[in-house]
Amino acid sequence: MSKKIVNDFSITVGTVNGSGSSTANNTILRALFKMGIPVSGKNLFPSNIQGLPTWYTIRVNKDGFVARREENEIVIAMNPNSFARDLESVQPGGAFFYADDIKLHIPREDIAVYPMPVKQIIREQTAVPSNLRDLVANMVYVGVLAQMIGIDMSRIEAALSFHFKGKEKPIALNLNTVRAGAEWAKANLVKKDPYFVEPMNKTDGMIMADGNTAAAIGSIYGGMQFAGWYPITPASSLAEALNDYLPILRKRDDGKHTYAVVQAEDELAALGMAIGAGWAGLRSMTSTSGPGLSLMTEFAGLAYYAEVPVVIWDVQRIGPSTGLPTRTSQGDLTFTAIIGHGDSHSVILLPGGADECFEFGWRAFDLAERLQTPVFVLSDLDMGMNQWMSKPFQYPDTPMDRGKVLWEADLENLKGNWGRYLDKDGDGIPYRTIPGSTHPASAYFTRGTGHDEQARYSEDATVYFRNMERLKKKNETARQYVPKPVVRESRGAKIGIIAYGSTESAVEEARAQMAEAGLKSSLMRVRAIPFTQEVKGFIEKYEQVMVVEMNRDGQMHQLLCMEYPQLAAKLRPVAYQDGMPASARWIREGILKFAKPQQSSASRKMGAAKKGASKKTAVKKGAKK
Amino acid sequence: MTETLPMAGAPAQVNLVGLSKKDYGGAPSTLCQGCGHNSISSQIISACYEMDVRPEDVLKFSGIGCSSKSPTYFLNRSFGFNGLHGRMPSVATGALFADTHLRGIGVSGDGDSASIGMGQFKHIIRRNVDMVYIVENNGVYGLTKGQFSATAEVGLELKKQGVNQYMPIDIAMEAIASNATFVARSFAGNPKQVKELIKAAIAHHGIAVLDIISPCVTFNNQENAYHSYTWGKDHEAPLHELSFIPARDEIMIEDIEPGETREVTLHDGSMIVLKNLEKDYNPTHRWEALKMLEEAQRNNWLVTGLIYVEPAKPSFTDTYNLVDAPLNRLTEADLRPAPETMAKVNALMF
Repeated sequence: MSKKIVNDFSITVGTVNGSGSSTANNTILRALFKMGIPVSGKNLFPSNIQGLPTWYTIRVNKDGFVARREENEIVIAMNPNSFARDLESVQPGGAFFYADDIKLHIPREDIAVYPMPVKQIIREQTAVPSNLRDLVANMVYVGVLAQMIGIDMSRIEAALSFHFKGKEKPIALNLNTVRAGAEWAKANLVKKDPYFVEPMNKTDGMIMADGNTAAAIGSIYGGMQFAGWYPITPASSLAEALNDYLPILRKRDDGKHTYAVVQAEDELAALGMAIGAGWAGLRSMTSTSGPGLSLMTEFAGLAYYAEVPVVIWDVQRIGPSTGLPTRTSQGDLTFTAIIGHGDSHSVILLPGGADECFEFGWRAFDLAERLQTPVFVLSDLDMGMNQWMSKPFQYPDTPMDRGKVLWEADLENLKGNWGRYLDKDGDGIPYRTIPGSTHPASAYFTRGTGHDEQARYSEDATVYFRNMERLKKKNETARQYVPKPVVRESRGAKIGIIAYGSTESAVEEARAQMAEAGLKSSLMRVRAIPFTQEVKGFIEKYEQVMVVEMNRDGQMHQLLCMEYPQLAAKLRPVAYQDGMPASARWIREGILKFAKPQQSSASRKMGAAKKGASKKTAVKKGAKK
Repeated sequence: MTETLPMAGAPAQVNLVGLSKKDYGGAPSTLCQGCGHNSISSQIISACYEMDVRPEDVLKFSGIGCSSKSPTYFLNRSFGFNGLHGRMPSVATGALFADTHLRGIGVSGDGDSASIGMGQFKHIIRRNVDMVYIVENNGVYGLTKGQFSATAEVGLELKKQGVNQYMPIDIAMEAIASNATFVARSFAGNPKQVKELIKAAIAHHGIAVLDIISPCVTFNNQENAYHSYTWGKDHEAPLHELSFIPARDEIMIEDIEPGETREVTLHDGSMIVLKNLEKDYNPTHRWEALKMLEEAQRNNWLVTGLIYVEPAKPSFTDTYNLVDAPLNRLTEADLRPAPETMAKVNALMF
């Protein structure tokens, strides 16, 4: 056995979809997290309920880089149908665990192979009822793996206890099977691979959460009152988390509710309801994914034009059309930025992890009500559905901003003299009244048709022009309210990188790899559209700015070029998508391909950049090769 | 509609909430002279005035089309939302959560509800959202100049459009099939009945669907057309003579032989008194209602009146067990969990 490799490798488990492996996989993930090792777990699953192959990939990395890697040092094969592919995917020198009832040829000699008598071990667990045997069988590989790489049994117990919410019976059932797997491995297997885990303290103070749950809880801390939604992968769990946490967090002594969550008949109705509620003064939201957002387009335009506050979460999956419903993407950005027919600008928030899903969950309501406009929050399947290491959720640091609202007393002071679409403050944001207000001057008629400052129907050309100019001004005002980017600069760097959303860890890893090879770079993670002034400053500061994103066409790159045409020549699209969570590999290769020759000795060292890759011709190409 | 002007020096006539009928008015209509929709707007004004409804307590909704323009023409002092084509129901569904003391009055058309918005129409009914849902039904698209709608009868011939080949959708039947708790049909040419039905619909707790045949004088008012004034007048077959008695009035039923009337008590204690005409019709029997509609269809009767009512069913918002105060009056103290909960939530994460 070669030298020990500790806390720096990837594990992939291949199972049959619907076989109950997620409990086992989450147990491994959580146990590693509790050992203090930076870790991520990503479910690479098919659009299927039962039967198709599915994978779960776990990365442990002592340096904190937890983006998906394309290489696997340890593979656990539980599915005969993906066996050959799984076997092939093991890195030379790696380890291959498999259920020994799969009687297939193993032609590789460059890896350590460990058969596991899963069926035999589970049969010996007489306490496991026969109907649960197949589910609990997955715990055998947890035990074998734990024994072979050194996962603490106490951490596994903690993970199971969390999963089963402290219920003794299922905890014992599963834990005993894990132990049986571990004992069998101890007695029968000889360690031949170099991969081990050892406790660290790098997850102290961190939590594990998925973005959808974080978003839901954040929304609740934002005072969410109404959600209309329609089931769609990968957004469903956001609304379901509202239903899980609202009764806990908004519990009242009288048992009554201060909120409503409505499963609508489709996405049109979901947003329609949310707009109705937002118009009537509720903190209102919907959550969906690309196909749903397509259906919501007309309503989004109405909310923009009629100036109705509403929050729209788009947990992006890969499209166009139905696409790959269970795979991730950042492909809805340009669509959302100008959603709807006619001229429109959207306010978009781009959370970078679970903690920001929480933060933007509450902040989005403040923005929507302040700006009286739909606020879109774009996360993605990877962020929304997978467990992420995260900073703990921080209680909102500002009180709720309900925006410019006039109730009875305000109207009394104004002697009823107000106009719904009057730009009284010169910031493009008018004042609104709320249905239910009893002041006789409070009512106005909301419409998607042309309207004047008093909300009266109007086809007058100057009125129309004036209103649209005001809406444009309002979008300018939005810049001062949206979250600023996160910037990490390296002294002496000539290359800037702009990224957003779930790619941060992969980008940081790529930066570290390039820095090691002598190519420094600075990072700006953009967190909102419209762009704040920092974005322009960052582009101006660097010779080249690489725009990293998970889509084909470089959508953020397009938006930046439109916003800053004078700086467009500096911007390079490092865009790639195949449905998989971002990896440092394609980001690094994409950046090196564009890096100017004087900067790219690193690229030669790393053997990635194609010599002579033309800066001019490469403007729109995908980054992968 | 005629309104008696107060004599000089005399106080204007006001209702129990101190408002004159003028306080229920809207902007001047921009629909065609003689449009059935204008007559319905007038009846909405009268009904609200006579029922002493505060205009501020009404939310108006509509979709897109001639009918959907009409909420501008009544209740200026009510909030209104003229949304998207066929999507009035979802906007109303969300808005009515904000303050359940408010009454929703929606005006849609046959294009809006029976074509593009059929899905939302059926689903708002299925949810029993507490509002009045008026379909101003004229069998034709007006604003786009005279195309067939889905309620147009087979064989209807329209200028430029030719002859309609398809069976019409029956709004009342669709409503009953979707488990509506109040379904009526009326005819804009019968304003008295329209008004009484609107009152009953406002008093009803839950969805109240009013399918009102409302002739389009410009595109579909030929004598033989099902949605015309002439045809309606000739073929109208009221199920009963209907009067609405508010909860506050003492009910005096005199000079009526037993067996001649039926009373339906609504959720708020008000009552609909139905005086039998040719036969005794029971509007609380779903199956009988469907049978009657089928019979009417076969015989070319324009059956009007209260077709079906189920007063006791909980409304949509009832099922949500909301706090008594309007949701839209709640503040940060009601809505944002306390700071000490944050650590507990983080502990729940792992």
